[in-house]
Amino acid sequence: MSRILLKNVTKQFDTRGGGKVTAVDNFNLEIKEGECFSFLGPSGCGKTTTLRMIAGFEDLTEGEIWLGDRPVSVKEKNLYVPPEDRGLGMVFQAFAVWPHLNVFENVAFPLRVKKTPSGELREKVMTALDHTDLTGAEKAFPSDLSGGEQQRIALARAIVTSPSVMLLDEPLSNLDPKLRESMRFEIKALQKKFNFTIIFVTHDQSEAMALSDRMLVMDMGKIIQAGAPREMYEQPANQFVYGFLGQSNFLKVRASEGKIFPAGSEVSLDSPVAGAPEGGEGLTASRPNEIILGRTAGEGGVRGRVEKRLYMTYCVEYHVEVAGQTVRVHGPHRDALPEGSECFLGFRNARWYDAESAEAELERTERQVI
Amino acid sequence: MKFFLTSMFGKETSRGDRRFGLDRMVFLLSLFILVVTVLMPMIMIVVRTFFKEGAPDWEMFVRVVLEPENLSAVWNTIKIGFLVTVFGTVLGLFYAWLIGRSDIPMKGFMKALFTIPYMFPPFFGAMAWSLMLAPRSGYFNKWFMSLTGGTTPLLDINTVGGIVFVETCYYFPFVFLQVVSALERMDPTLEESARIAGAGQWYVIRKITLPLVLPAIAAGAMLILISSISHFGVPAILGFSNNIFTLPTKIFQLINRAAGSFEGIREGAALSVLLVVVVVAALYIQRLVLKTGRYDIIKGKSMRPMLIKLRGAKIPLLGISLLSLFVIVALPLFMIFIVGFLKAYGLPLTLKNLTLRNYEYILGQSKMVRDSIVNSLILSVGSGVVTMFLGVMIAYVIIKVRPRGKGLLEMLSLLPYSIPGLVLAIGVILVWSGAFGVNLYNTIWIIFIAYIARYVSFAMKSASASLEQVHYSLEEAARSCGATHLESLRDITIPLIRPGMIAGFFLIFLPAMRELTTSVLLYGPFTRTLGVAIYAINSEGNTVQASALATVAIGIIILGHLVLRYVTRERKGL
Repeated sequence: MSRILLKNVTKQFDTRGGGKVTAVDNFNLEIKEGECFSFLGPSGCGKTTTLRMIAGFEDLTEGEIWLGDRPVSVKEKNLYVPPEDRGLGMVFQAFAVWPHLNVFENVAFPLRVKKTPSGELREKVMTALDHTDLTGAEKAFPSDLSGGEQQRIALARAIVTSPSVMLLDEPLSNLDPKLRESMRFEIKALQKKFNFTIIFVTHDQSEAMALSDRMLVMDMGKIIQAGAPREMYEQPANQFVYGFLGQSNFLKVRASEGKIFPAGSEVSLDSPVAGAPEGGEGLTASRPNEIILGRTAGEGGVRGRVEKRLYMTYCVEYHVEVAGQTVRVHGPHRDALPEGSECFLGFRNARWYDAESAEAELERTERQVI
Repeated sequence: MKFFLTSMFGKETSRGDRRFGLDRMVFLLSLFILVVTVLMPMIMIVVRTFFKEGAPDWEMFVRVVLEPENLSAVWNTIKIGFLVTVFGTVLGLFYAWLIGRSDIPMKGFMKALFTIPYMFPPFFGAMAWSLMLAPRSGYFNKWFMSLTGGTTPLLDINTVGGIVFVETCYYFPFVFLQVVSALERMDPTLEESARIAGAGQWYVIRKITLPLVLPAIAAGAMLILISSISHFGVPAILGFSNNIFTLPTKIFQLINRAAGSFEGIREGAALSVLLVVVVVAALYIQRLVLKTGRYDIIKGKSMRPMLIKLRGAKIPLLGISLLSLFVIVALPLFMIFIVGFLKAYGLPLTLKNLTLRNYEYILGQSKMVRDSIVNSLILSVGSGVVTMFLGVMIAYVIIKVRPRGKGLLEMLSLLPYSIPGLVLAIGVILVWSGAFGVNLYNTIWIIFIAYIARYVSFAMKSASASLEQVHYSLEEAARSCGATHLESLRDITIPLIRPGMIAGFFLIFLPAMRELTTSVLLYGPFTRTLGVAIYAINSEGNTVQASALATVAIGIIILGHLVLRYVTRERKGL
C-alpha cells in the first residue's frame, strides 16, 4: 500500500521580524498507489515545503500525513517519524551525491545503513547501476562525471532499496534541455519497472504535463487546481492557472448582449468565449497557437495590425495590435505576414476570467522575496 | 635566475603595447622586495649555520642540535604542539557542531565570543592565568590554600600542562571557524539524502558530515600546530621560571645570553633551522594524513540544514558552553583589567586596594612605555600601509598579469605563513646588521622590514580575494572607452578593491600592534614595541603595571576592531 494522504496540512515559519508566514495552508490531498503526481507552482508557493514535510525534513504546524496505512506525521498526537524511518526514495535538485564516495559506494549507502550482506548488496547495486546506465562507472568519483551522470547516481541510489514512494525535488532543473528530456523518459521507464508512486516537484509546466498522471498547481500555500494534465490545460480554473500552464494572452474585454468587445472598442471579437457572462468586464484568455491569423475580412475575426514580427524556430510570432491592446499570435513560417499589415484574428478555445486582484499579485512577489 | 629573467623579458605579450612597461615594472619590483625581505633572511640563516668564514662547517650545527638542553626543547615543542592541536581540534569541533548543526540557543552571541581569542595575543592569556594560577602567588591558588589551610596549590600554571591549556584557549578558534564556515556552506541535501537513505543522525555525522568537513578540520588543525610550534609568548611567560623551554624560547635565550656575539647568533640560527625542520615535518605529516582532495560541497539552493534537537541536553550544553566561554574569554581579560588597578600585586581584590597610579606611571612618567606605544603605532600604521600596497601589487601580478614566474612570486609571498616569527627575526638580523653594508640593528627600520616580511602573506591573500571579484571585462570595458591601462587601473580597479585594501590594512595593523615574537629579538634601547614593553615589565615582576599597559593595548585593539567592523560593513555596497 503506498497511497499518500495529506490531511489539513499547514506549515508556518517564523520570519526574522518575529512574525509568521504560512508556507502551506490547509493542504488536503490523496495520491493513489503507483501514480505519478506533480506539484507545480512558482517559487515560494509552498510546493517544496510540502514535499519536505512528506519526506520528514520539516515538522507540521497542523494536520497529518499518512504513507499507506502508516501515519508518519500527526500533529495532534505529536507523532513524527524521522526521515530515515519513512522508507522513501528521494532525488534532489543539486544531485546531492557524496563527493567522498565513489559511484558504487554512493549507491550502496542505503544498503550499508541496513547492514545488507555483501553478496546481496553487490547484486542490488549492480542492478540499480544497470537500470540507470551506469554500469562500468562503479569506481569513478562524482567529480569526474557530468551533471547527467551525477543525477543518474542519485536515481540509482534512490531505487536501490526499491522504495514504494519516490520524491523528486526538481531533479531535472540543473540539467541542460536535451538531457532533461531524455531523463524524463528514464524516470518514467524506471517507474514502470519498479512500480513506485512518484511525487514530482517542479516549476516547469511542460515537464509536469509530460510526466504526470495527475498534477496540481499551487500558489501562496494553497492548491488552486488539481487534476489530469489535459483537464487542467483545457479547463484552467482561473487566470493564474491558465497563465502558468502555457503561453497566454489576456485581453481586457467587456461582455454585452452575448457578444465580447475588446475594452474601448465597438467591434466585437466574433469568436465564442467559454464561460462568458451576459454582461460585465473581464478578461479573455487565449493561447498564441490557438489564434487563427486571417488576411482578409472574409475569413472572419476581429481586425488588427501586425506591430512586430519575430522569426523563431517553431513558428513566427506576431505582436498584433487589437483596439489598443497587444495579442501574441503564432503562425507558420511560410507566407509570413510583413510588419504593418492588416490582419484578422479568430480566437479558438478562448476562455473568460474575472480579472485577478492586484493584491494577490503583490503578495506573490513578496513571498518570493522570503 | 638568469634564465628566469631572460625568459620573462623574452615573453611576447599579445596585448603588446604600453601595458608591457607598467606590468613588467610592477612584477620586478614585487619580486625584488620579496627576495630582499623574505628570501634573503632565510638564505642567510642556512648560510650562517653551515658556513664559517666561507668554509663549510657542520660541527656547530651537530653540536647545537645534540645538546641535551636543546633536545629537550625539541621534545617539549613537539609535545606541546601535538597536545594543543589535539585539544584545540576537539574543542573547536565540539563548538562548531553545536553552533552549526544543533538547535542550541544564543548562537550569535557565542559566535561573537569565539572570535575574541583571535583579537588578543596569547601571552596576555599567559599573564592572566599566571595572575590566577601561579603556584604561590596566583589568586585562585591563594584562595584555595587559605580554604584548605595547606600549602599545596590547586593548580600550577607554570607547567607543560599550563602552557598547553593557555595555547589551546587561544588557538581552538582556528578549527572552530574553519569548520563552522564549512558547515554553513555545505549543501544540506548531502546530509538529507543520507537521512532519506535510512541513516540516523549519528550515522550521518560519522559517514557523511565528518568526511566532508575533514579538509576544513585538517586546515584548522594545521594552523594550530604551526602556530603552537612557532609560538613564543606563552612558553616564555609560563615556562622560564620552571626551566621549561621550547625551541622558540630556547632560541630567544641563546641570542639573549650571547648578547650580540656572533657565535651566539650562529647557534640561534642553527636552532632556527631545526625549528623550520620541525614545522616542515608537521606540514608533511599533515599532508600524508590528509590525502583526500578538496570537495566542492557548496552547490544548489541553500536551504536551512536540519538542526539536531538537543531536547533535554539543551540547557546543560548551553550551560557548559557559556561557562567554558566565560573561563576562556572573559575571565582572563577581567583579571588583567582588575589587576591593572591594584596598588600592589598580591593584595586582595577589594575596592580600597584599587588605584589609578599604575596608569599614571605607564602613561605619564615612564618614557620607555610612551616610546613603545608611539613605536608600535608608527610601525603598525607604516608596515600596514606599505605591506598592504605590496600585497595589492603582488596579487595584481599573480591574478591579472600572470607572467611566467608568477609561481615563484606566489610561493615567496606565502612562505612567511610557515616561517616562525623568531626565525624570521634572526634572518633579518643576519641580513641587516652589516653583512651587506647596511646596518640597521637597534633601529626601528629593522623591525619595520621584519613586519613587512611577516605580514605580506596576509596582505596578499586579502588583496587577491578582492581582486578576484573584479572581472577582466570591467577593466577591458574601461579600455574600450578609451582609457589607458594606467587610467583603467586608477579609475576602475583600485576604487573597486579599495574596501578590500582598507580591510587588508587592518589585518596587518591589528596583529602588528600587539606583536611580540619578532620584535622581542629586534628591539634596541629606544625601539621597544608595545608587546615588548608589556613583556619586559611583566618579566621584571611589575605585574600591576604590565596589566595596566596590557589593558591599554586591549583598548587599542578593541578600537581597531570596531573600526575594522565599520569598514567591512561599508564593504557590502561593492
